[in-house]
Amino acid sequence: MSPRLKKLRKVLNPPVIKGFKPYGPEVGSLNTEPILLHYEEYEALRLCDYDMYNHHEASAIMGVSRPTFTRIYASVRQKVAMAFAEGRQMSIEGGKVYFDSDWYSCGSCKCFFNNPQKEVEISNCPLCGSDKVSSNNMEDGTDEQNASKNCNDICFCPSCGYEEGHKLGKPCSQMVCPKCNAKMRLKK
Amino acid sequence: MKVAITSSGNTLDSLLDERFGRCPYFVIYDTESKAMEFIPNPNINAENGAGPASVQLVASRNVSKIVSGEFGMKIKSLVDSLKIQMIVVKEPNKKVSDIIEMLNY
Repeated sequence: MSPRLKKLRKVLNPPVIKGFKPYGPEVGSLNTEPILLHYEEYEALRLCDYDMYNHHEASAIMGVSRPTFTRIYASVRQKVAMAFAEGRQMSIEGGKVYFDSDWYSCGSCKCFFNNPQKEVEISNCPLCGSDKVSSNNMEDGTDEQNASKNCNDICFCPSCGYEEGHKLGKPCSQMVCPKCNAKMRLKK
Repeated sequence: MKVAITSSGNTLDSLLDERFGRCPYFVIYDTESKAMEFIPNPNINAENGAGPASVQLVASRNVSKIVSGEFGMKIKSLVDSLKIQMIVVKEPNKKVSDIIEMLNY
């Protein structure tokens, strides 16, 4: 039986370099075979230790499950440590990945488009040539809109009666009434 | 530069098709020579894999942009790696001739 197929992992940008080389007088006498770092491993290290996301957030960004992300992360730690300890080269290549491109929208023809060449900056709409383009991440935008649509709860202030639409992810008990500075509550 | 437009018919007055993989016709428009070519889509009744097969078809014509109403899940990673730009037009009732007019800004 063939093993289960790996899901494609989302990598934001390819790394700026192809790898690392050790230097020093002992380099020639050591094992010179490079350690292969996959793109998804590089991305996991970048998200976790450079952008300081936790495993849960980082797994969502890469489009894999949290346990899979932790496995990728564990493997990159092992490889980087091995390269340091044994003084070996690291080469970043391969892996089951795709590179995500940014999405833009045009204000005059209302179309959406992406930018497959990251080196080229977008200044005009590719369809109508208008310069009213704005960068947007479609996924984030729609998620937020859907979330606020689905939530009909109301936060209210028990002392003065002030009411406000509830925002998801922000507990009512931590909100402070803008009028009388009392703690607010969820209206039932 | 060549642009692929998904069309629901083989005339300029046909409407832009809202799907990429299973649109009846592709219009390949060359912005420099103003030449256009209508290609019937062989994948219109495909059970699955219509999107990737259609990407192959338009990529073989060396297009650099694709205009359509919607792109499927399997397509995005494919066109990203081929460096083809996707343009999503969310307005129904746009004719192919309207799109070509907009491309000639």
